[in-house]
Amino acid sequence: MTVIGWLQISLLFLAVLAVVKPLGLYMAQVFSGGRNVFSPIFGPVERGLYAAAGVDPAKEQGWLAYTLSMLAFSLAGFATLYAILRLQAWLPLNPQGFGSVPPDLAFNTAVSFVTNTNWQNYAGETTMSHLSQMLGLTVQNFVSAASGIAMALALTRAFARSAVSTVGNFWVDLTRATLYVLLPLAIVVALAFVAMGLPQTFHASVTATTLEGAQQSIALGPVASQEAIKQLGTNGGGFFNVNAAHPFENPTALSNYLNIFAMLSVSAALLYTFGQFVGNRRQGWAFIAVTFAFLIASAGVVYWAEAAGNPILTALGLDPALGNMEGKEVRFGQAMTALYATVTTGLSDGGVNGMHGSFTGLGGLVPMFLIQLGEVLPGGVGSGLYGMVVFAILAVFVAGLMVGRTPELLGKKIGSREMKYAMFAVLILPLAILGFTAISAVLPFAVASVGTAGPHGLSEVLYAFTSAAGNNGSAFGGLTGNTPWYNTTLGIAMLLGRFAYAVPVLAIAGSIAAKTRVPASKGTFPTDTPLFVGLLIGIILILGGLQFFPALALGPIIEHLAMLSGQTF
Amino acid sequence: MFDKPAAPRLFDPAILIPAIKAALVKLDPRQLVRNPVIFVTEVVAALVTLFFVRDLVSVGGSPLFSGQIAAWLWFTVLFATFAEAVAEGRGKAQADFLRRTKSELTAYKLLSPEGRETQEMPATMLKVGDLVFVKAGELIPGDGEVIEGVASVNESAITGESAPVIREAGGDRSAVTGGTQVLSDWIKIRITTAPGSTFVDRMIALIEGARRQKTPNEIALSILLSGLTLIFLIAVVTLWGLAGYSATILSVTVLSALLVTLIPTTIGGLLSAIGIAGMDRLIRFNVIATSGRAVEAAGDVDTLLLDKTGTVTYGNRMASDFLPVPGVTEAELADAALLASLADETPEGRSIVALATGEFGRHVPDAKMDAIVPFAAETRLSGVDHAGRRLRKGAVDAILKFAGLPEDNVPAEFRQAVDRIARTGGTPLAVADGGRLLGVIHLKDIVKPGIKERFAALRTMGIRTVMVTGDNPITAAAIASEAGVDDFLAEATPEDKLAYIRNEQKGGRLIAMCGDGTNDAPALAQADVGVAMQTGTQAAREAANMVDLDSSPTKLIEIVEIGKQLLMTRGSLTTFSIANDVAKYFAIIPALFVTTYPALGALNLMGLASPQSAILSAVIFNALIIVALIPLALKGVTYRPVGAVVLLRRNLLVYGLGGILLPFVGIKFIDVVVSTFNLV
Repeated sequence: MTVIGWLQISLLFLAVLAVVKPLGLYMAQVFSGGRNVFSPIFGPVERGLYAAAGVDPAKEQGWLAYTLSMLAFSLAGFATLYAILRLQAWLPLNPQGFGSVPPDLAFNTAVSFVTNTNWQNYAGETTMSHLSQMLGLTVQNFVSAASGIAMALALTRAFARSAVSTVGNFWVDLTRATLYVLLPLAIVVALAFVAMGLPQTFHASVTATTLEGAQQSIALGPVASQEAIKQLGTNGGGFFNVNAAHPFENPTALSNYLNIFAMLSVSAALLYTFGQFVGNRRQGWAFIAVTFAFLIASAGVVYWAEAAGNPILTALGLDPALGNMEGKEVRFGQAMTALYATVTTGLSDGGVNGMHGSFTGLGGLVPMFLIQLGEVLPGGVGSGLYGMVVFAILAVFVAGLMVGRTPELLGKKIGSREMKYAMFAVLILPLAILGFTAISAVLPFAVASVGTAGPHGLSEVLYAFTSAAGNNGSAFGGLTGNTPWYNTTLGIAMLLGRFAYAVPVLAIAGSIAAKTRVPASKGTFPTDTPLFVGLLIGIILILGGLQFFPALALGPIIEHLAMLSGQTF
Repeated sequence: MFDKPAAPRLFDPAILIPAIKAALVKLDPRQLVRNPVIFVTEVVAALVTLFFVRDLVSVGGSPLFSGQIAAWLWFTVLFATFAEAVAEGRGKAQADFLRRTKSELTAYKLLSPEGRETQEMPATMLKVGDLVFVKAGELIPGDGEVIEGVASVNESAITGESAPVIREAGGDRSAVTGGTQVLSDWIKIRITTAPGSTFVDRMIALIEGARRQKTPNEIALSILLSGLTLIFLIAVVTLWGLAGYSATILSVTVLSALLVTLIPTTIGGLLSAIGIAGMDRLIRFNVIATSGRAVEAAGDVDTLLLDKTGTVTYGNRMASDFLPVPGVTEAELADAALLASLADETPEGRSIVALATGEFGRHVPDAKMDAIVPFAAETRLSGVDHAGRRLRKGAVDAILKFAGLPEDNVPAEFRQAVDRIARTGGTPLAVADGGRLLGVIHLKDIVKPGIKERFAALRTMGIRTVMVTGDNPITAAAIASEAGVDDFLAEATPEDKLAYIRNEQKGGRLIAMCGDGTNDAPALAQADVGVAMQTGTQAAREAANMVDLDSSPTKLIEIVEIGKQLLMTRGSLTTFSIANDVAKYFAIIPALFVTTYPALGALNLMGLASPQSAILSAVIFNALIIVALIPLALKGVTYRPVGAVVLLRRNLLVYGLGGILLPFVGIKFIDVVVSTFNLV
């Protein structure tokens, strides 16, 4: 570990902290329905869209109508994307002349992008036409993120309001999130990426002559634009197979910085927006503190583990000062790879600039565990916020009784309905992750996909289902995922992770919105203090740890312990 | 009459021995299914027992290990049912005592409302609306309302208070309770409650916990616990598959052990005991709650509506100072006031005597009074003639008239003193000796000592206190500021109270109040916690969700504290239970896989002797901790009126951090015992 490495990590967090408040306030303004700087430009577009769709923006929905709108929209998105992928061969903008995507892969990919997961069982440059990339995948990159933001807003309003039956209008939230938040940011970031050297072209490829005189075809495409929304919408699906490790997706240390900055900003700022909405900015900061504590500690552990390197290689005479560079790009180094890995998994982004499977056992454990903690640190845009609120509900319920009052969060009493839905939501992750991993671990044809023997192979499967159910999308590497079994089961895991979690959350929103907000008193459990931050960290850590400790012990933990005692797999 | 049984000691054999029997009966799965965590434990225990039997009969099994695991799993279930049985047992003695009071009551049903002819019948045959006649020495056959007559009644059977109370038709003292005894005179009663649902019946049911329904918070907590149980079920079942990947076959016995140690058996086993013990604590405070819901709500109360009289102040106005006119000493005035009040048996009169002889150190003269002038509505003064002096005290204008002083001849100091007393809500009493004006006595509502501190403590807890009084706003404001309440409701009518409660509730606040009159009933019903006085009317008792047998309005504060204590105990044990799991993982996970992956031995932080000993020790710890925590569940976590922040910090430290650390020590200790005696 070096001072420079730590400086790089610290500077990134400081930069994000600097934009959290202005961006959070801006989003609060957008979603309160007021005018903002972009109203003159996008206002007419917005009104035109409502008119075309027959949506009355002033009419709010109850939680059920909101949920059904969200589900209908996602289903339509899935059907469209599936159709585009299946019909790719006959559609325009296909300069490489790719064939249609097979049914199981099309299912997996369509689910993956609709659920904001962006798990990719394919290599983009050899599978997807430009039309599929732009009209299929990039559209979902925008709207799946916007729909996540919309759901978070419904829950936010539920806490901000008192004794009401509505939580907002899904179509309005979706439109405003796309038009006023994601689109302007994406344009700015895309231009910055172009300036940093990312390609933005409809050309299929350039042909280069290598030093040996061979002809090499290098894939191109509209990379910068997709890259921008990939990070801003915490999608993570790369244009190229190796994602942000590819020199065209992420050419320099600076572009790497912008990548991390772009993915972290919106989710972190949404936590601030929450505080602003509920009239308690300290609450927003408390959530941000929880998030940053986890991210900084995790980045530190990964950095330390990778910099410490592999004692087996050291024994073979490798300079231990180099640490573990396997699976990392030299232009990023261990610090920025560790930071990227931490942030992309703390968020449900899933883009990678290094191969997590090549990390040391401990280094690979941290990203996996961060996803298993529920993708709340700060999680995907929107989905992270509502996940965090679910944890806050659990935290006040478990510990809140200890102050001698029935638990309440921000003046809303947490009763059996909220508890029922919250427990239903948190059940989804262990069910999808552990359930599918356990089945895959004993089915011979599923085990056959594993790339490495020993506990590392189990880590590969565990990581895949963790990434899918957590709607993260990053891959551990090694596992051959493009098989009917994994395409189908990973698809189901993604659907469960997104919708089986979101529906109970929206039900909580409905129930919370209907409750009267109780004014705080000295007897109220405070949820915006350092003590609560510590409690919430403890609850997230203990709940997540208790669920996944046995599985992790058989994968990355034993891998790391074995490495220390001189054995690798 | 009987005496109410005292609070039993924590481990009274009279309770423990029947509790063991009751605990065995409660093993019935049809009963246990109400408690999902313990029900799962029982199913698992049964399963492991089957494997134990298989191990016994088959070759190569380890029946010593599976047998011990099975036994301790059964103990876990048994300890949980035992905790509930002990909690119920503590109320049993009281219920038995109550049952004696109502057994075989005889009713004398009136054949006509006017007449005295009665028909003898068993009390169980009475219907609502029947009229009964009860005379001295008889027991009242059922709950009802006195419609004619007045009698003194001994209610010690339910209140424990041996002084008889007066029950009469009309007014606020008309309610009578079945099982209480008429001591003198006779009364005609209209039965208002059907036999089987009378006050005593309800009390018995509540004390025994027979009709105990889960409270809203208990339901929510049960959902959390069931959810956690499901999560751990997933984690443990899938572990079989995950282990299969590395060709490790885990036995049902060890997986069962892991499951039971992970699911929250500690709080699951103690949850209902905590609830029953909370009700029991309330009963020992002589308060009967009609539902656990009310006790829980008491912990959440934001605003206390307290009657001024009896809660904030003593019931009557009392002398607080002597203010002489110029030329008269305090001692002279005090002597005169003392003499003038000697024959005055009203509380005011007695308070004047007490003030003069106490604070002012005067002595009662021996000489006999020449004449006693009692208070009369026309004269509005009273006093004595003593040794040739005509000492009088009374309303200021009445005394001035008696002394023959014209208005403008009164000393300015006297007038100022009178004004000042009136302004602060007090009552001035003038004192004169014949034609000579001596001074004025300051009579005022005396705020109970210590009550101001109580209110300050409540404020720290985040609870507002509102004083309700019929006084005018000036008097009310003076007393309110002296007592340190947050707000007051002056010249309050029952409608005002109701409106105030509704208004607070609209803001999301929970209100507690107490009352006794029929006109309090709507407000009592509206309040989230309504406490009726046992001496109150039947209507008030029906509307309230708690009845205070001591009829002490200050009780409200204790009730709130008991409610808070109940919730805190639940929360602390839940936190403790979940925190415990960390250590259990470090005991069991390395034990399960150390043969496959020797390197996992590094996770054996406690250095447990062998895999089997580690698993058994974790299971034993998990079972014993339930027993160890029964006293805490029954007595409740100590409650101190400090703010939420302080409480949370303290409890998180004790039950959160303590919950993580304690099992490391406990499991290690048990492991040492297990391995020393070679139990596995």
